[in-house]
Amino acid sequence: MQEAMINRAKQLLADGTVNRVIGWKRGEFAYDITPAVFQSAEELDADFVFDDFTSANVSKYLVKESKKEGKILAFLKPCDTYSFNQLTKEHRVVRENVYIIGIPGGPKLDAEKIKAKGITGILGVKNENYTLKIDTIYGEETMPFYEAVLDKCASCKSKKHVVFDELIGEDGDVLESNRFEMVEKLENMTAQERYDFWRDQFSKCIRCNACRNVCPACTCEKCVFDNPNSGVENKAPADSFEENMFHIIRAFHVAGRCTDCGECSRVCPQNIPLHLLNRKFIKDINSLYGEYQAGEDTTSRAPLNDYKQDDCEASIVHERGVE
Amino acid sequence: MQVNENKEFQPLIVAFCCNWCSYAGADLSGTNRLNYPSNVKIIRVPCSCRVNPMFILRAFQKGADGVILCGCHPGDCHYTSGNYFTRRRMTLLFSMLDFLGIERDRTRVEWVSAAEGAKFAATMNEFTEAVKKLGPNRRLEDLRCRKQ
Repeated sequence: MQEAMINRAKQLLADGTVNRVIGWKRGEFAYDITPAVFQSAEELDADFVFDDFTSANVSKYLVKESKKEGKILAFLKPCDTYSFNQLTKEHRVVRENVYIIGIPGGPKLDAEKIKAKGITGILGVKNENYTLKIDTIYGEETMPFYEAVLDKCASCKSKKHVVFDELIGEDGDVLESNRFEMVEKLENMTAQERYDFWRDQFSKCIRCNACRNVCPACTCEKCVFDNPNSGVENKAPADSFEENMFHIIRAFHVAGRCTDCGECSRVCPQNIPLHLLNRKFIKDINSLYGEYQAGEDTTSRAPLNDYKQDDCEASIVHERGVE
Repeated sequence: MQVNENKEFQPLIVAFCCNWCSYAGADLSGTNRLNYPSNVKIIRVPCSCRVNPMFILRAFQKGADGVILCGCHPGDCHYTSGNYFTRRRMTLLFSMLDFLGIERDRTRVEWVSAAEGAKFAATMNEFTEAVKKLGPNRRLEDLRCRKQ
């Protein structure tokens, strides 16, 4: 796969279709794959990586990259294409300046889950018949492949590319996923249990803002949380209120625009399941205002930019679920 | 000087009222000499859809025990469609607050027209009672803002 991608990228660079490529390169560790821009064939040969740890969504980088001179080649996984489509819809990326190659999606691996098994010093991984062979500095270790899969891939919603110029590999279908399972479980708890659950989670927050920075839907030029007059500017949360406020507002600002790409939870250094907040909004929107998948197309109206005269009243919240 | 010796919990209620209907409704209930609790502090907004979810959280931070949002009846918005957007936003926000385990009776949306002075007073009486029953807001308070 990696070979095919590098070769195609070289061709497109050589014939002048694009003048740079956004892909991924290795960070400090083997599992530490970060997005990077490549300008030449030599750079591609040296650093370009696409493996089981390559899970970062590069759509957001295209907000800035697509406004630069010339065309850029982007490799997008199915979930990334939803984010890209949503950005196109909001006029945040210049579609004409991006050449998109659709590549197959996950499941991708979560290094944290491998480490949780006590396996450290990871040098590389190999997937053999869904047994993960992990090469470490202490020798070879094995674990079942599916126990190391990222949470966001475990509940994958679609293998279909919604936008692309060409494909490498096969295009898949929209999947029936169980992604609302955990949200439903929480909904069925009592208010006190839910409160305790979220207090446990949010109290870990260090306000690094990684969830906001990585989110392809969070693209405001100036974020409300960067406003020095807001009183909630970048700083460690001093109080439980601030944790609640940040996370409620972060999720609310992307409600109806979140494509459920799961990047927020993936990057969280404290492993807070932030995607549950987004999924709660998605679930509510689906059940109250009709099925809606952000990023699926570029023409439909976002649920919060739309209304019906016979929408339910806010009191519906009081009438359902467990108190 | 402590005048009020009554130790009963008195909630602080913030009511966001739209300029065109609910604020006039509150005015009407005043000119009609209808009673509603002095716990209710009214904040006038140009339209109910002016209310940002942040306003509601901020009210709780600054010590409110309940927040009620009043606007024109759906279809009667001075700006044609503002309250329809309010309705969707607030439904989602309240649902999220409920999801986080914050008591659902602390927030409410109520449509009050300029002619419904009696409804305004009745709504405020009822809402204040409901919040009083819940007690002080502890789950969404900012300790630094707590009054001693």
